[in-house]
Amino acid sequence: MEKLLEIKNLETSFYTHAGEVKAVRGVSFHLDKGEALGIVGESGSGKSITMMSLMRLLSDNGKIKKGELIFDGRDLAKLSEEEMQNIRGNEIGMIFQDPMTSLNPVLTIGDQLTEPLIKHRKMTKQQAFERAVKMMTLVGIPSPESRMKQYPHEFSGGMRQRVMIAMSLVCEPKLIIADEPTTALDVTIQAQILELMKDLKEKINASIILITHDLGVVADVCNRINVMYGGMIVETGSTKDIFYNPKHPYTWGLLKSIPNPNEEERERLIPIDGQPPDLIKPPVGCPFAPRCEYAMKICMTENLPVFEVGENHKAACWLNHQDAPKVEPPVGRRNL
Amino acid sequence: MDKNKALIEIKNLKKYFPIKKGLLKKTVANVKAVDDVSFTINKGETLGLVGESGCGKTTTGRTIIKLYQPTSGQIIYGGKDIAKLSEKEMAPYRRKMQMIFQDPYASLDARMTVGDIIGEAIDIHKLMTGKERTERIQYLLDRVGLNSEHANRYPHEFSGGQRQRIGIARALAVQPEFIVCDEPISALDVSIQAQVINMLEDLQNDMGLTYLFVAHDLSMVKHISNRIGVMYLGKMVELCESNELYKKPLHPYTQALLSAIPVPDPEQAAARQRIVLEGEIPSPIDPPPGCRFKGRCRYAKPICSQQEPVFKDLGGGHFVACHLY
Repeated sequence: MEKLLEIKNLETSFYTHAGEVKAVRGVSFHLDKGEALGIVGESGSGKSITMMSLMRLLSDNGKIKKGELIFDGRDLAKLSEEEMQNIRGNEIGMIFQDPMTSLNPVLTIGDQLTEPLIKHRKMTKQQAFERAVKMMTLVGIPSPESRMKQYPHEFSGGMRQRVMIAMSLVCEPKLIIADEPTTALDVTIQAQILELMKDLKEKINASIILITHDLGVVADVCNRINVMYGGMIVETGSTKDIFYNPKHPYTWGLLKSIPNPNEEERERLIPIDGQPPDLIKPPVGCPFAPRCEYAMKICMTENLPVFEVGENHKAACWLNHQDAPKVEPPVGRRNL
Repeated sequence: MDKNKALIEIKNLKKYFPIKKGLLKKTVANVKAVDDVSFTINKGETLGLVGESGCGKTTTGRTIIKLYQPTSGQIIYGGKDIAKLSEKEMAPYRRKMQMIFQDPYASLDARMTVGDIIGEAIDIHKLMTGKERTERIQYLLDRVGLNSEHANRYPHEFSGGQRQRIGIARALAVQPEFIVCDEPISALDVSIQAQVINMLEDLQNDMGLTYLFVAHDLSMVKHISNRIGVMYLGKMVELCESNELYKKPLHPYTQALLSAIPVPDPEQAAARQRIVLEGEIPSPIDPPPGCRFKGRCRYAKPICSQQEPVFKDLGGGHFVACHLY
């Protein structure tokens, strides 16, 4: 498989009055062409900031301290703002969480959809209009010609998210980054959007990075999953590895805290006690150790190594060391 | 606990919001948020209420505890119709019925200490004063897993999950019998959701509380509810015991809604067939005649446009409003 994106040792911090918030602390991963990668984790785990760093869309007090962002052969971390503008929306499309606030309320949908085509692809207004109408049809918006003249407030939430997807696709990007694309939507609309994304992946062979906290959504759409916690990737593997053979206690915790869809009698949920770490003073060693029931002495003192636990399956947890005590994973969702 | 004894009976409840226009504020139309809904909430049970946004589930919850004045219909609480009671006559019922809100950031007054937020309801109902009041607040904080020293802090010092605990302590302060939980976990992270859900279950067991649990996360609703009601465009379309609903959904809308739940299991997710609903929920201002779901229904027949289906019991307390049955 050909690599489309490779992020190497990314570190991103925010400088606030309270101190330096180390939001991303050494993240490395890659994405193959045509692949759908899921990034899961709680709020504050660094999943969105990793992607914002990649797009170079950090707020003024945020800074990429270290790392390479190799996209299609170029290091995005080294590009100028002007060069980045040529990549955003053109080679990398983004779908944001909130379709209510990420569209411009004073421009028609048509203006917003054709802008990238006129800017990046140097199309005439007429060409851009025709292409935009085609995209609107592709994402399933009825009567697209007349909808082009309307403003965002005239669209429902689900329709706006379709417009966002159409907008991210209009320049045929190589990579689509979707940050919680369905969180604000109802389940029925969510199902429509997820089916649409899977369908489009096949049709235009784009790669997708899907950021979400909903394990059901990644199980449905993604081939591979990164689990993030405290600014680090704590486990990465194929979707089946993560769900059926997880190797990190945080992943176990995530899987245990959602209700079993097949439960007959009410089974008690097992929450992860405690709170996520304060990234102004991140703990030494494993960020999850203070909440981990299997934590050992070494977890709080030593730098965390990443263990290969299978083919393309890695976990940053000392339990996978050969000298560690053998622990039976408590996740009984499926026994393979 | 006798779970078959009714605590609240809702009969033909309607809540319309008028749309007013012009200088004289003449009512030109009504948003029929809740339109003729009848069901029973049993003592000690958790009744889940699900549906898409705009279906009227939140309005139903708020109307039952009379945060909204119902347009018509009866709300029979412990044998007495409270729908038309005055604010003064409502006072003793206000104490019995509490609410936990969706947004733990917006629902706590940022200028009040946690102790005052919890104590306010105790003061309003003149339940306790002085040392007894302080002790009660400390007990409640402890009950929801916070420290008694947290009483002197302000809401912004707490995380989302902790704030939701404060919201729960506030609801418990007046020793209610019935709590409307309006999307209490949708703003929280997965690992924190489980903490709050477990706590709600424990409190229910210990205090014999009755919950109306309004949410759109269907897997969590299934987990916590004894029975579930499905709403569509201001109407209740199906109501039954929760396992039964997931195993044998009868209404075509329920079937589509359940098939849309993302399954956290890649093989199950790949294997199952989704019923993707076309179109969107129609406007509640002028709902279509007959069955309100017919425009999106796979099984729609001519009768569905002519006659409104009756919400009837098909046996074993499985209610459905559909011409197929």
